[in-house]
Amino acid sequence: MKIPTPRRGPVTLRSTLPPRGQGMREKIEKARDPGHALGRLLPYLRPYRRMLLAVCGLVVIYTLLDLIGPYLMGVAIDRFIAVRAAAGLAKIVGLMLLVYLLNNLFQAFSAWLMADVSQRALKALRQDLFTHLQSLPIGFFDRNPAGELMSRLTNDIDAINQAVSQNVTSLLASVLSMAGILIAMFILDKWLALAALLVVPIMFGFTEFVARYTRRGFRDLQRGLGELNAVTEEAISGQKVVKAFRRSETALAAFRSSNEAVFRAAVSANSYALLLMPLTNVLGNFFVIVLAGLGGWLALKGLVTVGLIATFINYGQNFISPVRQLANMYNSIQAALAGAERVFEVIDTPAEERDAPDAEPLTALEGEVRFEQVGFGYRPGTPVIRGMTLTARAGETLALVGPTGAGKTTLINLLTRFYEIGEGRITIDGKDIRSVRKADLRRHLGIVLQDTFLFSGSVLENIRYGRLTASDDECMEAAKMAGADPFIRQLPQGYRTSLGERAANLSQGQRQLLSIARAILADPAILILDEATSSVDTRTEARIQKALLSLMAGRTSFVIAHRLSTIRDAGQVLVIDDGRIVEQGTHRELLARRGFYHHLYLSQFKGQAI
Amino acid sequence: MDPIIKIASLVRPYWRRAALALVLLTALVFMDLAIPRLIQRIIDEGIGGHDQGVVIRTALWMLGISLLSALFAIGNNVLSVLVAENVARDLRDTLFTKIQGFSFANLDEQKTGQLMVRLTSDTNAVQRVVLISLRIGTRAPLLMVGSLILMITTSPALALAMLPVLVVTALIIVLFVSRMEPLFGSVQKRLDRLNTILQENIAGVRIVKSFVRADFESARFEEASEAFTSRSIRVMRTMSSLSPVLTMCVNVGVVIVIWVGGLRAIGGDLTVGQIVAFTNYLLTTMTPLIMMAMLSNIWASGIVSARRVDELLKTVPDVREAPDAISPVGPAQGRLVFEKVFFHYDGADGENVLEGIDLAVEPGQTVAFLGATGSGKSTLVNLVPRFYDVSAGRILLDGIDIRRLSQDWLLSRIAVVPQETVLFSGTVRDNIRYGVPDAGDEAVVRAARAAQAHEFILALSKGYDTHVEERGTNLSGGQKQRIAIARALLMRPQILILDDSTSSVDVDTETRLQEALGVESQGRTTLVVAQRISTVLKADRIVVLEKGRIAAQGTHAELMAASPIYREIFDSQLGTDFPPEGPAGEVSKDGTPEASPREATVGTRGAEP
Repeated sequence: MKIPTPRRGPVTLRSTLPPRGQGMREKIEKARDPGHALGRLLPYLRPYRRMLLAVCGLVVIYTLLDLIGPYLMGVAIDRFIAVRAAAGLAKIVGLMLLVYLLNNLFQAFSAWLMADVSQRALKALRQDLFTHLQSLPIGFFDRNPAGELMSRLTNDIDAINQAVSQNVTSLLASVLSMAGILIAMFILDKWLALAALLVVPIMFGFTEFVARYTRRGFRDLQRGLGELNAVTEEAISGQKVVKAFRRSETALAAFRSSNEAVFRAAVSANSYALLLMPLTNVLGNFFVIVLAGLGGWLALKGLVTVGLIATFINYGQNFISPVRQLANMYNSIQAALAGAERVFEVIDTPAEERDAPDAEPLTALEGEVRFEQVGFGYRPGTPVIRGMTLTARAGETLALVGPTGAGKTTLINLLTRFYEIGEGRITIDGKDIRSVRKADLRRHLGIVLQDTFLFSGSVLENIRYGRLTASDDECMEAAKMAGADPFIRQLPQGYRTSLGERAANLSQGQRQLLSIARAILADPAILILDEATSSVDTRTEARIQKALLSLMAGRTSFVIAHRLSTIRDAGQVLVIDDGRIVEQGTHRELLARRGFYHHLYLSQFKGQAI
Repeated sequence: MDPIIKIASLVRPYWRRAALALVLLTALVFMDLAIPRLIQRIIDEGIGGHDQGVVIRTALWMLGISLLSALFAIGNNVLSVLVAENVARDLRDTLFTKIQGFSFANLDEQKTGQLMVRLTSDTNAVQRVVLISLRIGTRAPLLMVGSLILMITTSPALALAMLPVLVVTALIIVLFVSRMEPLFGSVQKRLDRLNTILQENIAGVRIVKSFVRADFESARFEEASEAFTSRSIRVMRTMSSLSPVLTMCVNVGVVIVIWVGGLRAIGGDLTVGQIVAFTNYLLTTMTPLIMMAMLSNIWASGIVSARRVDELLKTVPDVREAPDAISPVGPAQGRLVFEKVFFHYDGADGENVLEGIDLAVEPGQTVAFLGATGSGKSTLVNLVPRFYDVSAGRILLDGIDIRRLSQDWLLSRIAVVPQETVLFSGTVRDNIRYGVPDAGDEAVVRAARAAQAHEFILALSKGYDTHVEERGTNLSGGQKQRIAIARALLMRPQILILDDSTSSVDVDTETRLQEALGVESQGRTTLVVAQRISTVLKADRIVVLEKGRIAAQGTHAELMAASPIYREIFDSQLGTDFPPEGPAGEVSKDGTPEASPREATVGTRGAEP
């Protein structure tokens, strides 16, 4: 008999619900093309062919040994116990012990090998996924919200992991031992074997019947849970508003109706799912009874021996458990294939456009940037940038101003080649940016975004992200230039302080200072700056301004500006509206022109005389 | 013991069903134990005694018993599921209701994610404990004790020989169970690390790409991946040896039965049937041991969850309705007085956020609050609707301490546009009339116009019927804020609180918005918190806060003359080279002359009844 390894918690379809709208829908979803998904997974196992072959060999051996144990027991009963001959009993008992020992040793060994194979293969898959993810264009990430992408990938990989690590060997062992037991039974006695064979279709019939209803039930349950989750999360995350607008009753009513629906679905789904156990149990018992009854009858006729019946009953019990396991594995394998399918979907998404084979390296830069008649739209037919022409002289600061949605951020996306332009061209020092290596291009561009992104790791490591080869001293020097040094020294472990997830323990302003330090360390020729709109207090603001000024000195800078002080100091102000440059000049020139910029500027003071 | 009591108290309303489930389970055990006995009879009395009648009768008995046991098992399952799901539903309901009663301070402490985990995973863990306990709870120990007894009655000597095997098995299981948690924990830790890197690379893709760090990140991922892989291989190896080891224990037991039992049978002390029955009993003793090993896991996590749930349920909302709360008749005047208001977060030892604020706001006045982050301006306005309660001092509305007013009454007179815009799934229209669900379309449009939202709403694909996607991802920050303002305006409150609620609205739109609000606000008291100084220029009074105290107050002109802090803020944001000439020849975004804001406001006023 085999004892399944206890898993962590029960294998229910309803696992813990993650906090965001990521339902467990996947778990019961079937792959659209299971064969294809499987075909894509197999190559990951190829490097382990030999090990797999060894595992197969071991499985065959231990399944055979599994069959010999009960047979020996029958022999012991018939030849020695029943006829009261103690002479050879010790020998046969010793043989039994040896068989059992080998059986379990081989079983353990094959599991050992399989752990290695499955985890190594999975690691390769994960690495492929990660590497490919990195080569995907920004557009992919803009289309797929980070949270959703993240939960999907982790869930999918986990589903594959579950199936691979738990099921591959047991699947093989189950099938083999079923076949083996049947064959052994036929060899020993064909009538008893035929009786046993009868059980198989009934068992599968039961399983399929129950599985059909269970699947349907769980699908309803997932839907219900998804909805409950959405309702609950909305109510909780928006609770301050719910409270302020006195809508608690409505929220509660919506919650209760979803909760009730989940209750109903859960009761029916789980009741169906749990039906399988007693049904297979009764069938297993039935099987044993048939064997015992039929065997007893045959034994009375002198056709079989008592030992044989004992052997058969033992076989019978062993025969039922793989059938039961197969039913259990079905869902988890389905989930794994569905997960694999989605993982490969990501891997098959076309990567960012590669550099042309003759792409030139980009070395030292003056930093003169030109846009010539640049046109672009995220979707065909809806241009976001039209016929844009501009020149930034080396070392000059360009302030981009204009209403939200005017195209300022898009301009930056094009310069960095996060998106490829539709028409026209962009040059740096006269070179078309499409003719140079993308990595070189980006290396010369320093980007400080509005929403500062810091990585988990120490403060020092985060600054060093700007230039991996920088020494500790250089990093600290950069922090000093950015004016971040004083606050870093006040952190519990100074530069070694590790930042939690998304650096929750730093203020917005402090995070900006860190990202400025990072950019200073990177020392780019061209700087791209998306100024923060608000939420920084005046003093930190002044410090940031100072840091930015020192950063911008001597570099060509594109600034999406929200601060008048930045705009005043800029060499050129570009007023952008609806994808076009509508005005261009210095702050004073533009004010004197009394156009759109003048209006934007004045609108802050309207009706206010000073 | 607390968590177990908690779980028990949840099951209590369904105790009849739970008890019945356990009774069925107990009956099941007896049936399970009867089968080997009957097999023994077939072998010994039937075959051994050459009695065909016994064989057939016993087989039929066994058939009947096993059918009955299946029925009982199904009954037990259905009852257990019912009880467990009822418990889960009730628990979710209790938690949700509890959370709804939370004050803002409670909510600040508990992040949405955490609360969701209480409602989902933790509730599930409790539900699983109930389900498993009812399905296996009595079965495993009874089955074990039962088979032990039967083993002893069958052959005491043989049973005694089994004892070491059982003890060793139990020890092995205990060993594995105690090692399981830390092992899984160590894998989980490495998995978290791996996921963090994945998460950072997805969320921070722009930084990774712009610093050209793909190789660096790949190496980082590879390293974490290797750490996870090698640890999970180790853990899987440990875990996968459990099954063969346990199987070996059972096998050793079987061998002992055959050996010792065989010798005794040869000696005439035992029958063959008894030996077969004995091996069967052996299996039935071992299975519950393994079941309990799995159970211990579920119990452990269930208890942890129950404890967390209990903690949440024990949280006391710190803003409560007074028992003798009053609801004055008629609308509020809107006169607000802050008297020596102190406030601090986190219980008694927190640092003071507000220190002795004295302020009177007359009905119809617009008062703006300005100051550095952490100066307490947002906190101050949040005290008015009792989102938080003052730590000392008091706030009076029309002369009554707001803590004596009924919450419902107070909130129905106040509309808040919070710092963080929250929109709900549903249409734009639904969102605007969130505070007044039965508002007519005309009122909705009027509010939207005043909030400068009407035009962009019409430009959306389905206008007011456009569906707001999850967290309003299909709207820009400024658009969401304007919808939130419309939502507040629709309530026609006597007191309007704008808590830095125009930060993402561009300056031009904000100006028009303020004009519209100025006209709309006849007789309404308005409190505005702002970062941008341009937002507050027109207020009747500007209050500059610094470190929880009022540093200066007055009109813009007064403050420019008298307050250095105010001047400092003003200079940093607007600069000093402002040309003195007034507005002339205004041009709209598309370059055509636009209706002047004043006209636009007249238009808004025209829409008023």
